[in-house]
This record gives sequence, C-alpha cells and structure tokens, in this order.
Amino acid sequence: MVRNESKAGRRRTLTAAALALAAPGAAHAELEYNLQPPVTPIAQQMYDLHSFIFWVCVVIFIGVFGVMFYSIFKHRKSVGHTAQQFHENTTVEIIWTIIPFLILLFMAFPATKTILAMKDTAAPDVTVKVTGYQWKWNYDYLQEGFGFYSSLSTPLDQIENRAPKGENYLLEVDHPMVVPVDSKIRLLVTAGDVIHGFFMPAFGVQLDGIPGFVRDTWFRADKIGTYRGQCSQLCGKEHGFMPIVVEVVSKDDYAKWVDAQKKQAAAAGDDPNKVWALADLVARGEKVFTANCVACHQANGKGVPGAFPALDGSKVVTGPKAEQIKTELNGVVRDGKPTAMVGFKSLSDIDLAAVITYTRNSWGNKTGEAVQPSEIKAARS
Amino acid sequence: MSSVSHDVAPGYGHSHDDHAHHPAGIMRWITTTNHKDIGTMYLWFSFTMFIVGGIMALTIRAELFKPGLQIVNPEFFNSMTTLHGLIMLFGAIMPAAVGFANWMIPLMIGAPDMAFARMNNWSFWLLPPAAILLIASLFVPGGAAAGGWTMYPPLTVQAGMGMDLTIFAVHIMGASSIMGSINIITTILNLRAPGMTLMKMPLFCWTWLITAYLLIAVMPVLAGAVTMLLTDRHFGTSFFNAAGGGDPVLFQHVFWFFGHPEVYIVILPAFGIISQIIPTFARKPLFGYASMVYAVAAIAILSFIVWAHHMFTTGLPTAGMLFYMYATMLIAVPTGVKVFNWVATMWKGSMTFETPMLFAIGFLFLFTLGGFTGLVLAIVPIDIDLHHTYYVVAHFHYVMVAGSLFAFFGGVYYWIPKWTGTMYDEKLGKVHFWSSMISFNVTFFPMHFLGLAGMPRRIPDYPQQFADWNMVASIGAFWFGASQLIFLWAVLKCIMGKGAKAPAKPWDGGDTLEWTVPSPAPYHTFETPPVVK
Repeated sequence: MVRNESKAGRRRTLTAAALALAAPGAAHAELEYNLQPPVTPIAQQMYDLHSFIFWVCVVIFIGVFGVMFYSIFKHRKSVGHTAQQFHENTTVEIIWTIIPFLILLFMAFPATKTILAMKDTAAPDVTVKVTGYQWKWNYDYLQEGFGFYSSLSTPLDQIENRAPKGENYLLEVDHPMVVPVDSKIRLLVTAGDVIHGFFMPAFGVQLDGIPGFVRDTWFRADKIGTYRGQCSQLCGKEHGFMPIVVEVVSKDDYAKWVDAQKKQAAAAGDDPNKVWALADLVARGEKVFTANCVACHQANGKGVPGAFPALDGSKVVTGPKAEQIKTELNGVVRDGKPTAMVGFKSLSDIDLAAVITYTRNSWGNKTGEAVQPSEIKAARS
Repeated sequence: MSSVSHDVAPGYGHSHDDHAHHPAGIMRWITTTNHKDIGTMYLWFSFTMFIVGGIMALTIRAELFKPGLQIVNPEFFNSMTTLHGLIMLFGAIMPAAVGFANWMIPLMIGAPDMAFARMNNWSFWLLPPAAILLIASLFVPGGAAAGGWTMYPPLTVQAGMGMDLTIFAVHIMGASSIMGSINIITTILNLRAPGMTLMKMPLFCWTWLITAYLLIAVMPVLAGAVTMLLTDRHFGTSFFNAAGGGDPVLFQHVFWFFGHPEVYIVILPAFGIISQIIPTFARKPLFGYASMVYAVAAIAILSFIVWAHHMFTTGLPTAGMLFYMYATMLIAVPTGVKVFNWVATMWKGSMTFETPMLFAIGFLFLFTLGGFTGLVLAIVPIDIDLHHTYYVVAHFHYVMVAGSLFAFFGGVYYWIPKWTGTMYDEKLGKVHFWSSMISFNVTFFPMHFLGLAGMPRRIPDYPQQFADWNMVASIGAFWFGASQLIFLWAVLKCIMGKGAKAPAKPWDGGDTLEWTVPSPAPYHTFETPPVVK
C-alpha cells in the first residue's frame, strides 16, 4: 500500500507536470498541482527549471526504487532466496559517487544562469519602493512622487463565516500596485516594523522586507492582468491577512493612472514641492496643532506650568527656525533620556511645515516667517 | 563491520542477584544512574512530548480544515505552530534519539554503563523543567511565543513574557544536549570492549558519535543567538535592531548556523538505526560499511557550510546565493551513497518483513522523496518560488516524520524484545505501520501541491483555491494521530508482558553484542567486558 499510495500521488504529479510541459501557461492553473502560470521571463525560467529537475528526480527515483522493489520481491526468504554475503565493491561505490555529482553539474548550470539574470536589477523603467507594515503594504512610486497604502479589503464577515466567501477571498486589497506591461519594474523592498515577505509567485519574485535595510529585485510582466500574492514571512497575528495585488496594465493605461494619482496627490495638497503662502500654512497648521499638540501645549499656547512648556513666547519658537524644525523632527532628549516631547517624523513635510509656521505666528509670536515643506524635507535628510 | 564475531558474553550463565540494588518507586527514577533506566525515561518523555506536540499539530489542522476562522484566533494559532515545532524537535525527536543512545550504545559496544552516570541522570532531569516552561508559557499574560520556532527578531522582540520562558527553555535543553553528547563521546571513545576497534563498531554508534560532535559544536551557537535576543528584549542592546547599528538578518545567520547541523542531528541517529535494521532482516552484512562512515562524516562537515540556503529570500549577494546553492547540492552525493548502500544491502539478501523492516523500508522510500524535494529547494531560482510555502512544510515533514520518526518506530519494534523480554504483537505492529504510512502521505503529499500553488506557511486562514488539499491534509493528520494509539498499545502490551517471551536473539540476522545478553536485558550488563575478535 505504500507503493499504491505514493505512486498514486506521484502519478497525479506526473500527469500535472506532463500537462504543464505540454501546454505551458494553459489550463492547469485550477488543478493546483504545479507552480502558478508564469507571467515574467524569470518566472518562466524557474518554471522550466523546476520541470527539468522534477523529471530528473522522477527518473532516479524510479531507477533506485525499481531496484529495491525488484529485490523485495525476488530476494525474500519466503520465496526461498538465500543471502549472499558480499558487502563491498569499490568500483560500484566510486561509480555511484561520481554519477550523482555529474547529474548535479547539469542541474547547477542552468540554475546559475537564472540566478545571474535574477540579480540584474540595472536600468529599470519604473522603481517602486515596497514597505511592509503590520499588517499592510505601502507602495511608493519614487520617480513620480506619490505613494499609498494597500490593505486587505475582504470584509470581516467573510473571514468569520457570517457571509459567503468571495472569489478573491483574502487576495483582494483596497489599492493595488499598478505597473506597466513589458517594462522592467525594480522593487526596493523594506519594512517598517518586523520582517515581511513580498511574494508574487506568478512573477517569480520573493524578497524579505527587512526593517532598516533595503534590498532590491525586479520583474518584467509580459501579460496584462491582475496577479495576487501574499506576505510570506510570519509577521504577527495578521500575517495571513496582508495580500499583495498587482495590476499589470498597458503603458497608456499606466500613464493615465500615474497622471490621476499625481492629480489626486496635488488635490490633497500633498505636493511636497509646492511653495505655500503664509496664511494657508497657518490655517492648515492650526488643524495639525489641534490634532497633535494641543493636549500638552494647550490651545492658548501657554502649556501647563511645571509639566509642559509654553510655546507662546518660547525661545525655540521665536528663535531661528532650523532649531525648531530639529526639535519637531527629533523630539527633546534630556540627560540621554527621551522626554514627553517625542519626535514627529511621522507627520508629512507639509503638516510639519504648517504646524511650525502656525506656532511661529500665533498668540504673541509674530515672526512673520513661513516654513516651507521643502525645508522640512531638507532637514530630514 | 557488522560482522563482529564474539564469544557468548561471559557471566550470563549464572543467575543475577544484584539487579535490585536501587530504591523502589519514584525515587528509583529520580536517583537512577543506570543507562537503561535513563534510556527508558528519555523514551517516555519523548513519547509524552510527541503527544503534546501532536495535539498542537491537530489544533493547527483543525483550524485549517476549512477556509475562514473557526476554532482558534490567529495569535493562538501562531503559538501552536511555534510550540509544535519547538516541542517536536527539542522535546520529542532529540530526546528519543538520546534514549536510544542510552539504552543501546553501552549494549552495542560491550560497556557496563555510560561513562558519566550521574551527569547522565542530570542531563535527563533538566528536560522536564524545560518542557514545563514551554507548556506553561501558554498560560502567561501575552500567551506563548508566537514568532515561529525560528524565533526571528524583530517579531520576537515585540513578544510578551512567553518568549522569555521559551528562551530559558531553549537554554536548559541545550545544556542537557551538551551533557548528553559529552557522555556519548566519552563512552564510545573509552568504554568499547577489547577488540572492538572504531571501524568494527555498529553503525548506530558511529552515527551517534558524529551527531554528538555536531551537538557540542552548535548548541552553544543557539544559546548565543537566544541570549542576544534576550538582551535585545530587556537590556537595551541592539544586536538585531538596525536603529542601534544591528541587523535582524544577523540572527538568521547565527540561528541557521545552529539550525542546519541540527537537521542532521535529527536524522543521523535515524540513519544509524536503519543501518542496524536492514542488514538484520536481509540476513546480510551492511554493504559499504566504510563508505557509510565516511558519508556520515561528509554530511556532518558539509552541514556547517550550507546554512544560508534557509535565507535565499533575504537578499543574499549573488556570490552567496551561488556558494550556498552549490554546497547544498553537494550534500546529495553522500546522502545518495547511503541510500545506494542500503538498497545494495537488501540486494540478494534473504529478506523477511517484520515491523522493524517495514518501517525501515518506509523510511528509505519516503526519506529519499524528502531528499529530492530538498534538492529542488536547494536550486535558488526554484526556491524563490517555494520558500516560505507549504512545499517546505511537506519537505521537512518527509525527512523528520517519515525519516527520523519512522526510523525510531522501527528501532522501538526492533529492540523492544530486548528491553521488555516480550515480543511485540506483530499484527498490531503491521497495522500501525500501514496506517501511519498511508495517513502520513495523505497528510503531507498534498502539501507539495499547496506549496507549488503558492500557499504561504504559518497562516491561520487561506484563499479558496487551497481549500481542497487542506481538507485532505487535515483528514490525514487526524488519521495519523489516531494511528499512534496503536503504537502505544503495542508498547504497553510488551511492558505488561502480554505476548510471546523473547529469546536472547529474536532476529536470526542480528549479529551485534546486544543480542548476546538475555532478554529482558539484566539491570547490569557487561560487568566483565566481552571480547570482540
């Protein structure tokens, strides 16, 4: 039964692999016996390499266990076979050391070629910085100057079995990554908290995002469509719920999409290069102040004596702006220990510029100076 | 060798009145320095942990029976995968191998006991506290460790105090392993019977000798890794924190420098047991004894230079990828030699198929399959598509369950007549084998397909296209779990003496020293060393 069971399993794989070889990228996807249909040249190479090595292993497996099962049937006591007592043969032993070595060389050669191609991230058409967070992805289109978060859009009702599960259950997001077809896309992968795994099987791409380090990889999708993957590195309790969706679109559609994204960013006032008027900054800064600062420094800017310093008349706020920008970004550290004034690096350049401008031009503070987002950007680096 | 010729061991013609010079009841087990008692305790501890880890595995499979969250929440699910891995590895497989070593190495080399009998006691009694720490961590605030058995930071730096208990447990188990290894090395090198040269030792002793060196080399490395984790968590260091000048990937390098030799620590004693069973039931000496020894040594040495194949997706440099791929592929050569030698041992033998032999053949068949998937995973471009998927889960369960565990089952059936003096129930043994063999494949074979289709490991819920194979795997898992009750019953029957009385040498093909002492083996054996010609 060992033989029946395992052979049955193997036969299924064989059939699937045969199908896969006969019709690459065709209808075997729903069979789920094999790798996902590749849509990039690298994934295609991986697929072919797997098929090749799979068949070599099948042949060796059948050879070795053919001999073993022949022996099991012929050389058993119950059929009256008596044991011979040989126990070594140097020639045979040398042969079966050298032949596997040669087979391995035949496997290593194509694998090496694919590795070299995989690692060549030079001359990309589009660069996207991918950052993993607990538990969502962030895609930054560096050349275009916009970015967005992408998180699971499957409703909780489906996960907790209160609603029927949709077709793309756990593989759907609110904002997919969009890339042009037939273009070299370079991914800079990192993470903000713990290690995450950016895994797109159909592209032959898997790279860990490591907090504090940036690694790169690339792909060139040659078929328009929507492709789905998942976070592959255990990253905490919602690890199974941070899928990756990439839409490969035509170059025209991509250009339109980029345009729309840029307009949206501009409409949200988040173009970091825009020069703002003083009044606009103060108006926006008041909102930022109310959201982030008012609890300690108070709406009248007087703070709480003994606990939180006043901003009204403060030397930092009325002094040179570089000093205040530094304080806002890094917080206040006294005697090597962080204080209640933590850094606000997480705010956008515009919000920081606005809130600094607001504090410098409110209450009794009348510097008349506007701090531009570009100055924050410069101070950050 | 395995053709050790020897006289009937001296001293067994007369009765043994000196058996019972030990306290009775629980104190016998707490204070014992007898290698047989300690071996028995290791094996029972291992089986207990196997059941505990098995229940965790079944919790995982129950949750994965259908898409959607049904039984446990994701955080608890992660604790289950983490503890299942740690408990099975450090609690079940490694102590089982040490149990076999304790029972069999002195009997096989003609020694009266292990070299350091008191240390032997201590290295066992460190294990229960470690197990209690691991299991108790489920009940502390924040729950048990949930960052995977690999404990990668920064995730494990975020974790609650369950992680500290886990780190402490790992330290204790490491100390236990190191002491056990020192004992085994010293015993083998110093207490062999006159005439038994190293190259005449039964292969089981050879595989354990090499395993013990691996353990001494790598357990301190693991201790270092988890200690750095501990100081990162509590004492403000930044070994694994980029913001403080550290690197999260450093942990992975240190961990896998331990972790890869660990794989061979788990499999080499199993190789040893298989190398005893196959010649016995083929009634023919082991083919290529010397090349078997060299192959084990080669595997052990290579195991130190392949660790980063566990890290192909961390963005290794090109040269690193190439080096670790080539080195990993090389391991296929000595492993192939071993498989060929076992098949050649069977060739033109006179085989019978009692339960130990069935498990040995099952081992050979499925371990080789696991070896092939290992080769597939060694090829970097394929690994990129399979890393962190169920393909890897399938691969290592083929080598750890169908490999190590099946070999240990075979070993228990092979030696239990010697341990208890009673033959096991052959019918029960065969049912246990076939039931385990089929259910194992029902559980783990479909995981290859899941991995190829792209299902990541360690997820409590999955997309719809993975549903069918997960259901099959879950059914197989419960079947496999239930099959182990047959094993328990078969063992208990022997212990209770229900069955035929075992002769000193129940297997015609057995030619090692343990078959020269009566069954059950007397409390003290080889007080006068046998002479091996």
